[in-house]
Amino acid sequence: MRGGALVALRLAVWLLAGGPLLWLAWLVAGGRLGPNPVEFLEHYSGDWALRLLLATLALTPLRRWSGRAEVLRVRRLLGLWAFVWICLHFATYLTFDLEWSAALLAEDLVERTYIALGFAAWLLLLPLALTSTRGWQRRLGRRWRSLHRLVYPAALLGALHFLWLVKADVREPLVYLGLLAVLLAARLPRRARRRV
Amino acid sequence: MLIRVPPLHPLRESDVTPEAVYRDRRRFLAGLGLAGAALAVPGLARAAVRQPAELAVGNRSELAGGEAVTDYETVSTYNNYYEFGTGKGEPARTAHTLRTRPWTVRVEGECAAPGTVDIEELLTGLEERIYRHRCVEAWSIVVPWVGFPLSRFLQRFRPTGNARYVAFETLYDPEQMPLTRSGVLDWPYREGLRIDEAMHPLAFLSVGMYGRVLPNQNGAPLRLTIPWKYGFKSIKSIVAIRFTERQPATTWQTMAPREYGFYANVNPEVDHPRWSQRRERRLGELWKRDTLMFNGYPEVAALYTGMDLKRYY
Repeated sequence: MRGGALVALRLAVWLLAGGPLLWLAWLVAGGRLGPNPVEFLEHYSGDWALRLLLATLALTPLRRWSGRAEVLRVRRLLGLWAFVWICLHFATYLTFDLEWSAALLAEDLVERTYIALGFAAWLLLLPLALTSTRGWQRRLGRRWRSLHRLVYPAALLGALHFLWLVKADVREPLVYLGLLAVLLAARLPRRARRRV
Repeated sequence: MLIRVPPLHPLRESDVTPEAVYRDRRRFLAGLGLAGAALAVPGLARAAVRQPAELAVGNRSELAGGEAVTDYETVSTYNNYYEFGTGKGEPARTAHTLRTRPWTVRVEGECAAPGTVDIEELLTGLEERIYRHRCVEAWSIVVPWVGFPLSRFLQRFRPTGNARYVAFETLYDPEQMPLTRSGVLDWPYREGLRIDEAMHPLAFLSVGMYGRVLPNQNGAPLRLTIPWKYGFKSIKSIVAIRFTERQPATTWQTMAPREYGFYANVNPEVDHPRWSQRRERRLGELWKRDTLMFNGYPEVAALYTGMDLKRYY
């Protein structure tokens, strides 16, 4: 039943990552984005980008915990979905906040830390998305693995990007940071981890 | 002897739906739907069924340069009122727990005639003013407020020569505001103005909007409306006003002094440390527009002659 499990996992990824997109399309079609649609789009896409990025990082610990190797076979799919949401998030900001002005983007990058953090996260993930094919994996060989470790700083930058922009209520970004810390700690070599 | 032969279709005059009701059937059905939804979602029930009472409004002044008034639905469902949740949509769902009657406002401090005023006394001689309202978060609305000039109200208490500032305080009652228990801000919410700012003819106290009593989430029953300053200066649900000699501590300034100043004048040239104030998004519009100096109320500039507005942000 290995094949069956993989199909189920793939389906779960498509539901988890594509479902919110369908829901968003339904909201847009019905004009149900609320009084500030742009803000809604930015928050909604940012939330899902961060959630899916964390979900991708959860796969390695999940494989270890479940002992099932097929878990890792949906990692690329989930990671790419996370990147799709990040691109949606970035495109919303570029379109409605900056109207695609390079000058405004440059100013934001220099003067606003949270923009710089988010942009850096996107930039780190861009080569990962581009080299996610089997061809690139083969061509880069061992360097592919090192390159794809960029996902860790990218996730950290993403979570900090959220923390940096909230006005007073930091509880939600702290939840994301906490989850990320747990997921990163789960990767430490066993001897470095203190037994609890 | 009257012999009454019932017709084949025995309907009486009283069985007929009155024309007014019949013609109003869409609204009646909408009402049923609303009631159904209201039954399903208890919070919505209170929000939807209770339509605020109308207010008698005298003078009306359009002071937003002819810009379109934002719709009531938007203004009453997109609120920053942290006592009722930090999400913009939360206060409209949760502020029904605020009890706006009985309500009194205590006025004290550096004045010859301190006292307590009942909100009912403040509901006569009202005027309407259409003002722009610009939030520090770079969104804005245009609202027809109903109320009276702040100066007229303050003068009743005969401030003394020592009254250099006016401090305002929002109600703080964890029972009516259960979310304040999480302690996001240092309650009660406090704000303040310099006395000459408070006495400026544009400074306004609102008891209503769109011709009706203020919804709770918009700061019922009494809120400040200072159109040339960022929205957080326009403190909601006021219970106390104090004339002071020293500049009062205000909530956001205490919380993050680098980000929120005491003056908080709308100023496109002075950015918030984390975001730009040069442009803003008018709710209902997709694209941003330029933010105007003093939110488009240049008549207040005289209050700040000689002041470095980059330093006194």
